[in-house]
Amino acid sequence: MDCQLDMFFLEAILNGVLLAGLLALLALGLNLVFGVIDVVWICYAELVMVGMYGINSAYKGGLPFPLAALIGIALVAIAGALLHLLVIRPVLDTRPINQLLVTGGVLFFLQAAATMAFGIDFRNLGIRLGSISLFDMNFALARIITFLVALAAMLALWLFLTRTYLGTAIRAIAQDRQIMPLMGVDSRRLYLVTSAIGGGLAGLAAALMVLQYDIYPQIGLQFGPLVFMICVLGGLGNIIGGFIAAFIISQFIAVGSSCFHTEWGYAVAFLFFMLAIFIRPQGLFGGK
Amino acid sequence: MLELDAIDAGYGGFQALFGVSMRVSTGEAVAVIGANGAGKTTLLRVISGLVRPSAGAMVMEGTNLLAMPAHRIIEAGIAHVPESRRLFPRLTVRDNLRMGAFTPAARAGFTRQLDYVYMLFPRLKERAGQLAGTLSGGEQQMCAIARALMSRPKLVLLDEPSMGLAPVIVAQVLDLVHRIRGEGYTVLIVEQNVRQVLKVADRAYLLEVGRIKAAGSAGDLAASDAIRKAYLGI
Repeated sequence: MDCQLDMFFLEAILNGVLLAGLLALLALGLNLVFGVIDVVWICYAELVMVGMYGINSAYKGGLPFPLAALIGIALVAIAGALLHLLVIRPVLDTRPINQLLVTGGVLFFLQAAATMAFGIDFRNLGIRLGSISLFDMNFALARIITFLVALAAMLALWLFLTRTYLGTAIRAIAQDRQIMPLMGVDSRRLYLVTSAIGGGLAGLAAALMVLQYDIYPQIGLQFGPLVFMICVLGGLGNIIGGFIAAFIISQFIAVGSSCFHTEWGYAVAFLFFMLAIFIRPQGLFGGK
Repeated sequence: MLELDAIDAGYGGFQALFGVSMRVSTGEAVAVIGANGAGKTTLLRVISGLVRPSAGAMVMEGTNLLAMPAHRIIEAGIAHVPESRRLFPRLTVRDNLRMGAFTPAARAGFTRQLDYVYMLFPRLKERAGQLAGTLSGGEQQMCAIARALMSRPKLVLLDEPSMGLAPVIVAQVLDLVHRIRGEGYTVLIVEQNVRQVLKVADRAYLLEVGRIKAAGSAGDLAASDAIRKAYLGI
């Protein structure tokens, strides 16, 4: 154990904050979809993986990064809508376990498809943004950009949810599904729009992650479980709860990694998660 | 304005309505009375498209309602205030009213209509930023009626507006019904509180086990022996 209140410790905390931005963005997409459609996209992290490959291909094909990123976002937004149309809608009125299993099937399908298409090699865009130094601490510029963009995206979504009719309907439908037709809301269309937005958020996360992480077919397994844990901890479907939980969990990871060993950071985070769920099975901020 | 002809409807294998025919004319307040389980709520759910009839015809001002999906029926000018109010409890009063104005036509006039319902129900303006779930029962019914008015309907369907409310509040809520009538809305109201509702309605239908058993002016029904015995306890 090497845990002192010094610059390294502060650096770990700040890096935890930067990580939280990305995790909160990932949790947001999953929570949004669950809140509206009442279905968990087990394959959420694999949609991000698809986006990362898409952006990688577009960038390697000669497009400038911002354009490649936009293509990636659009690609995953379409993938989200297709996932809903082709996989979720047919099982929407069946038991929840069926919905979990079909999206679980999509997870393995996407992993296998990516392996077939791109092989198992690690790929990256080769963009090096460097880092900035502050006092004795170093912060990767990619992490700072990721944090700021994720925060801006969450703010934009918040404004959408609170200021527009469609956003208000998205908040309303989770509270009373059956009466939505009485408001003139076509639930089927609302589900589709939400799936596209959820996909778009996964695409944005992909655009940020390619700046920091290598791409390989199983990358979803690296952060997917973490994102589910955050959503459950915050109360599944609770957008603000997920946001706060992302900051809590990433502190456990960052500080745990700094005090013990990198792998221990995740172990400590999951241990905290299990304890928290024993005490509050509905999540820290879950109402129901 | 609204005409139902020989409507059969139910849920799964259970039939709740048998050959129900009725008519609501412009400017009227029509009540449907009957015991619990008579099919009153089902009748309103058929009109607003939540339950699809298995037989019959239903026309609103020349528009065939049976050809429209449920979420389009509000555009034909029908707003439904559902049983037990069904507000969105974790949305503010204002956001609930915004949901009432979701259709494109209603959005265009949102600000004007919001001012109008606030004028009609000043209490809601005071509570605009409050979560609907924290309102009192009477205020919730007010909010539910206001939400329906936000779509600028011609016909307002009210399902048991007095349900679950204290007797003092029931009189206030039925007074609300009287007021929206005075504003020129046509009203179709379903109530178990027969005595009170016959005071605000022009005409009434008596529904028993899914069939219309009597129809007539509210005064005639209130005076009829059968209804006095069965529903007014006299």
